[in-house]
Amino acid sequence: MKKSDVPQDKSNLKSSGFKELCYAVDEKGEYTTEKSTGWEPKTIALDNAMEDINERIAIAKGKVERNETSPIEYYMELAKMDLPILASYVGIWQWRVKRHFNPKRFTKLSNKVLQKYADVFEINKEQLKDINHGN
Amino acid sequence: MEINFTHNQSAHCENGVVSNLMKFNGFEVSEPMVFGIGSGLLFCYLPFIKVNHAPAFTYRSMPGSIFKRFAKRVGVKIKREKFSNPKQAKARLDENLEKNNPVGLQVGVYNLTYFPDEYRFHFNAHNLVVYGKENGNYLISDPVMETVTTLTESELEKVRFAKGALAPKGHMYYPVDFPKELQLEKAIVKGIKNTCKDMLAPVPIVGVKGIKFVAKQIRKWPKKKGVKVANHYLGQLVRMQEEIGTGGGGFRYIFAAFLQEASVVLKNEQLASMSKEMTDIGDLWRDFALDASRIYKKRSKKSDGYNDIATQLETIANREEVFFKKLKKAV
Repeated sequence: MKKSDVPQDKSNLKSSGFKELCYAVDEKGEYTTEKSTGWEPKTIALDNAMEDINERIAIAKGKVERNETSPIEYYMELAKMDLPILASYVGIWQWRVKRHFNPKRFTKLSNKVLQKYADVFEINKEQLKDINHGN
Repeated sequence: MEINFTHNQSAHCENGVVSNLMKFNGFEVSEPMVFGIGSGLLFCYLPFIKVNHAPAFTYRSMPGSIFKRFAKRVGVKIKREKFSNPKQAKARLDENLEKNNPVGLQVGVYNLTYFPDEYRFHFNAHNLVVYGKENGNYLISDPVMETVTTLTESELEKVRFAKGALAPKGHMYYPVDFPKELQLEKAIVKGIKNTCKDMLAPVPIVGVKGIKFVAKQIRKWPKKKGVKVANHYLGQLVRMQEEIGTGGGGFRYIFAAFLQEASVVLKNEQLASMSKEMTDIGDLWRDFALDASRIYKKRSKKSDGYNDIATQLETIANREEVFFKKLKKAV
């Protein structure tokens, strides 16, 4: 890649106020570095990944509203987590976390366990019990 | 307190931390040099590990291995510490800062507040340097950032004790012992040989074979997984190629820069021409990403185009196969 070809496309890097560093060759064929504001193919890939996550959050929300899952699954998606990650954060086995997705079981959870989840998601217990709480 | 530490932006975090720590200790080592000697270049396809609901791909070696190999090959000793107790981790960090010793830390990206939102995934192998503490805030030199930044005590604790795959467990590291003079020649040869070995490894998911394997899979994805998932996987492939600052070439440009530098150190003309060749291969990776992005851009339901980019990937694999066989003989 020539230095003049280092992409300067619009991206969210710019709005966060930083450019990334790239290696490219100058006119003499010597390697040098050049700052880049972003590159479209990557921006699209990142945007798509974000859209996928938002989709997952919306689906989880719908499931909570239809009482098909517990708010834990919704907050898990909201925090971009999956089951293994959530399990390691709360320190509870995956199969038990999965059971806590069951709305009936969820209502029976002890305050201690609820607090664990609330701490991981950085919310209070009321918010954990009701995904629309405070919104 | 603030240590007199110079922040240099780098394309990739681990090389950058090593290069910056070496420079702090009086050794001028560039980022590509660290990357090359540490044998950072790789390709690996890990279908059984799912990251963000897609298989994992990597264009570089395991986190931490670049520094490990680099240190071993140039004769630098590193001290590494991991902690189970965050308080102890903080105490050891503060102790080092008191002694004017900047340290490298492995951290999780998700809670790095200064990153743009779309980079904040549960990825636990990011690296940064802490070079001081002021009014209870840690002074942070994150190599991929243009300038230095700060994190509060609780923010730093959170990223040091991120959970999930490759959990950092407070991992802190810094060089403790240096050779009198840095002997790069042998280290470079070792680094190159190691990279050639990895890229030509007789393992179906590693190196050139790995690239070919992925190409085959790409042809199957639309039928087997449906177009939506196939697009998601393809996006993942490009996102990993791109991390931050690889300029589209999946680390190939950094490696080419290394070969150019190495040709001067070893007085080996052939390496200079091989650097050019690697740049061309990097351009091919870039074109691949560009064409792949055209497929997932529209998030269309059509499944054409997959065969074309698979062919492109096979061309890259063949070029790299020839390249690394030649490179092996060049040193």
